[in-house]
Amino acid sequence: MEQKITGSEALMLALKAQGVKTIFGYPGGSIMPVYDALYDYARGEKKAFDHILVRHEQGATHAAEGFARVSGEVGVAIVTSGPGATNTLTGVADAMIDSTPIVVIAGQVPITALGTDAFQEVDLVGLAQPISKWSYQIRHAEDIAWAVSRAFYIARSGRPGPVVLDFAKNAQTELVDFKMEKVDFVRSYVPYPKLKMNHVQEAADLINQAKKPLALVGQGVELGNAQDELIAFLEKADIPAGRTMLGLCALPSDHPLNVGMLGMHGNYAVNLKEQECDVLIAIGMRFSDRVTGSLKTYAKQAKVIHLDIDKSEMNKNVKVTVPVVGDCKESLPALTALINKADHSEWRASFKPLDEKERAKVIEPAIHPAEGPLLMGEVVNEVAEQTQGDAVLVTDVGQNQLFATRYFKYPKRRSLCTSGGLGTMGYGMPAAIGATFGAPGRTVCCFMGDGGFQMCIEELGTIMEQQAPVKMILLNNNYLGNVRQWQDMFWNRRKSFTRMMNPCYELIAKGYAIPYDVVTERIDLQGAVARMLATPGPYILECAIKEDDDVLPMTPPGKSVEEMQLG
Amino acid sequence: MQKKSDSQIHSAPSLTGRAGGESSESLYTILVFSENIAGILNQVTAVFTRRQVNIESLNVCASSTPGVHKYTITCYCTEEMAKVLKAQIEKRIDVLQARYYTDDEIFLQETSLMKISTPAVMENAEVCRIVRHHGARIVEVNPTYTAVEKTGTTEEILSLFNALNSLRVVRQFARSGRICITRGTREELDEYLEEREKEKTKGGE
Repeated sequence: MEQKITGSEALMLALKAQGVKTIFGYPGGSIMPVYDALYDYARGEKKAFDHILVRHEQGATHAAEGFARVSGEVGVAIVTSGPGATNTLTGVADAMIDSTPIVVIAGQVPITALGTDAFQEVDLVGLAQPISKWSYQIRHAEDIAWAVSRAFYIARSGRPGPVVLDFAKNAQTELVDFKMEKVDFVRSYVPYPKLKMNHVQEAADLINQAKKPLALVGQGVELGNAQDELIAFLEKADIPAGRTMLGLCALPSDHPLNVGMLGMHGNYAVNLKEQECDVLIAIGMRFSDRVTGSLKTYAKQAKVIHLDIDKSEMNKNVKVTVPVVGDCKESLPALTALINKADHSEWRASFKPLDEKERAKVIEPAIHPAEGPLLMGEVVNEVAEQTQGDAVLVTDVGQNQLFATRYFKYPKRRSLCTSGGLGTMGYGMPAAIGATFGAPGRTVCCFMGDGGFQMCIEELGTIMEQQAPVKMILLNNNYLGNVRQWQDMFWNRRKSFTRMMNPCYELIAKGYAIPYDVVTERIDLQGAVARMLATPGPYILECAIKEDDDVLPMTPPGKSVEEMQLG
Repeated sequence: MQKKSDSQIHSAPSLTGRAGGESSESLYTILVFSENIAGILNQVTAVFTRRQVNIESLNVCASSTPGVHKYTITCYCTEEMAKVLKAQIEKRIDVLQARYYTDDEIFLQETSLMKISTPAVMENAEVCRIVRHHGARIVEVNPTYTAVEKTGTTEEILSLFNALNSLRVVRQFARSGRICITRGTREELDEYLEEREKEKTKGGE
């Protein structure tokens, strides 16, 4: 199949060949030829794509992330050069640290203008290199087929991540004999390392000798579609498993071996038990500092087995006894075959008193308070109960995120979009837009604080235009709550610039013609949530939240995980 | 806190490199092989910068394998850090292989050029004696300057430079940075490339 077409049309065909159906984007000078081609490919007989016009390029990248998270496909964003390109960098960095496959295609000035400080010229490849899995400048139209195919291959294979294509304007208009290329091999890149069976055997030996094994489950299990393999592994040797924030959907919440969430604001028992287990089995997780607390004291008593597809994770933060490098879809069954059936009910039962302590001291007061102002925990719990675990949870960053991830339920896979590693405020709203396109038909509930809501508030325009059915739950406490909590706990209650004057969100909702309701009294919560869920399309439910509620339990920053405090 | 003086901030890189830093730190040579694609040097050096490791010397050149570039980088760090650097460099998509070595695992050489005032050479017999004594070569002589070339270890080169410099005859001094070949019997890059070639013909992943 050979035909002489413009580089822009070649891009359309190359994206189509990758199975792309949804593009989040924003036009501008250096990407105009592409948008001109898109004019034909987003309508009529050539229609291949839905183009979602965002209101800010950062929103395009977060929307692409949300789309990718829930669909398991590569999210795509198209933007212009210069500021359009730099606006995507937060999303690119976010996708990198959270292993989210997106491809960002940015316009660039023609190659004749490169290096001249031309209008809207920026060294995007240079900027993106440290925060992307791969960045490449397309300088001529004949590179397009190869570069696009390579970009998608790299973004989705192995440990996924963001790829940035910097698309020079001359390459967009040049004519080319377009020929499809399929890149599924890159000599210098080994996305699926070969499993070493001697390491699997060593790991199995450790597990077979373990009296108190503990598994730490990360997003890698979900990215590797190894949820079933995980359950088979855990069940065979009766191993309790904690999940990282991004790994919450990798093991259903109601599975008997699930012992809760890891980390600074995770569950009490599992944090303490990390300091007591004899074998720690980390699966597709990266020992983030938010999980480990102080590395000097973290799980020093335990032998550590680390299963990950990315060999650079081995010994990066925690010293590993047995590294098992490979795709967990392959390594977990290999390990399962070599481990003995075991019963660790006594060990698992030892979690119970700690769980009960947390339930009595933290959880019940958070989700079923008897009096006082409305709490974030009870709002999350109400939404979780009414959606019965069917909804996709999207969060922004901060207290809203910590309460939402703690108290939501995850019976289904690919049901969580949250900015884990980068902690990007403003992520929530655009990611939720992306999630509605990535998982059409599912309810998408997005919890945001008053800070994060305003950080990408312009995407209300996208929600309005697309009628994207995002159920926005605005947890308004008139504070940048998480920072306020730290100021109260660690900075002598000096609330430095965390109290925030808020606009009238009802008027804002009205301006975008989005249905709005507000809850100030506990008694109205249930009905308000029910009305929100029963209303088709987008919805803003503002909840007037207690101003100084703290997320608990908490391991103070830099402290050892066993120093977790319940209050 | 005392303000740093300009000379502290912009201090010239020391000729000898760091004496050894923390006790657990030693000098590692990191060899990197990459595809010949623009922008990889940036990616490699960024791995060091981000982890606060100073690069002592850096040499980049086409390798004997067509299309493959070889980077020879030296730095002082702990072995743990050397492992992290290797892993993080190798993680970059277009990097084929990264390895770290201690000095006993490699044959290493560095070359240097010194520009000496010819009248000074004529006036002072000591200059020629030092050059001969250090096994250096005079590669060019003209009425204005004399070019001396010395290849060897860093210590040998610096010994010559310091001797000549004490006579105040050196006008320019250039060092290449270390290059090396490994002492091991395995050719790991070739093995990797062969392995990958086999996997490619099997139909990729």
